[in-house]
Amino acid sequence: MKFGVVRFPGTCDDFDAHAAAARVGEAVFLWHGDRDLQGVDAVIVPGGFSYGDYLRVGAIARFSPVMESVAAFSREGGLVLGICNGFQVLCEAGLLPGALLPNMGLRFLCRQVDVLVTNAETPFTRACEARELLSIPVKHTTGRYHAPPDVLEGLDAHGQIVLQYAHDGNPNGSSNDIAGVCNEAGNVMGLMPHPEHAVDLLTGSADGLKLFQSMALAPAASHA
Amino acid sequence: MRARVLIRPKAGILDPQGQAVERALPALGFTGVTNVHVGRLVELDVDDASQLQAMCEGLLANPLIEDFEILA
Repeated sequence: MKFGVVRFPGTCDDFDAHAAAARVGEAVFLWHGDRDLQGVDAVIVPGGFSYGDYLRVGAIARFSPVMESVAAFSREGGLVLGICNGFQVLCEAGLLPGALLPNMGLRFLCRQVDVLVTNAETPFTRACEARELLSIPVKHTTGRYHAPPDVLEGLDAHGQIVLQYAHDGNPNGSSNDIAGVCNEAGNVMGLMPHPEHAVDLLTGSADGLKLFQSMALAPAASHA
Repeated sequence: MRARVLIRPKAGILDPQGQAVERALPALGFTGVTNVHVGRLVELDVDDASQLQAMCEGLLANPLIEDFEILA
């Protein structure tokens, strides 16, 4: 499994995402100005402040050349994981439903949270047990997931709510305690917590590694 | 021509920035202030004002969470 980690100007979690992916497969960086995805089997859009988060978080990054290729890759069924700012970018790009709003408490949050695996059947969570709790950090200012009520109902009905904040520990006011969602086809996922920062017990938890292990379990797509 | 676009949080979506401002004003002695919302103002020179609607829908605002108003 070859992972491609996208780098925009302002991305800051690219090294951790690359290191996490490299634990379960091969990992390469993908530059925002390039359209070539280097034949990767999965794309990770990592956290940070792409293009300075000017105008709105994720709003400018979606127009980058690499995102055109990522969108095409996702339409062919390629696995795409957006983490934090990457989640915001995928929502702005229309690859995932909904949007991320400023945290209800308006503060930057940086803490370990318990996340419930609501759907363990996705390509991103299949290495997890159903209803498993993962200890993963969040660090964001704009993480309040929002979608209109009819969209939320659809997400629930189609198993697209993949991760939820557990123990009434919703840190940012997200609708339905949503921490991560996938698209209807199930090959694109975004989440606010940072699994790439929880891949080694040295930093308190290795639970985040399960998402990368899940992706590595997926049959390698046949992208040239 | 010079155009201005006002962008606001969509009605019904919690606006914690507006709430924070609303709570701060009484501390300065201003009373009777309600329904505070904080948005953005985008000013731009455009050759073709008929494109403003598409600009707003495509980039300047996210229609899922924001309302916009074009002041040409």
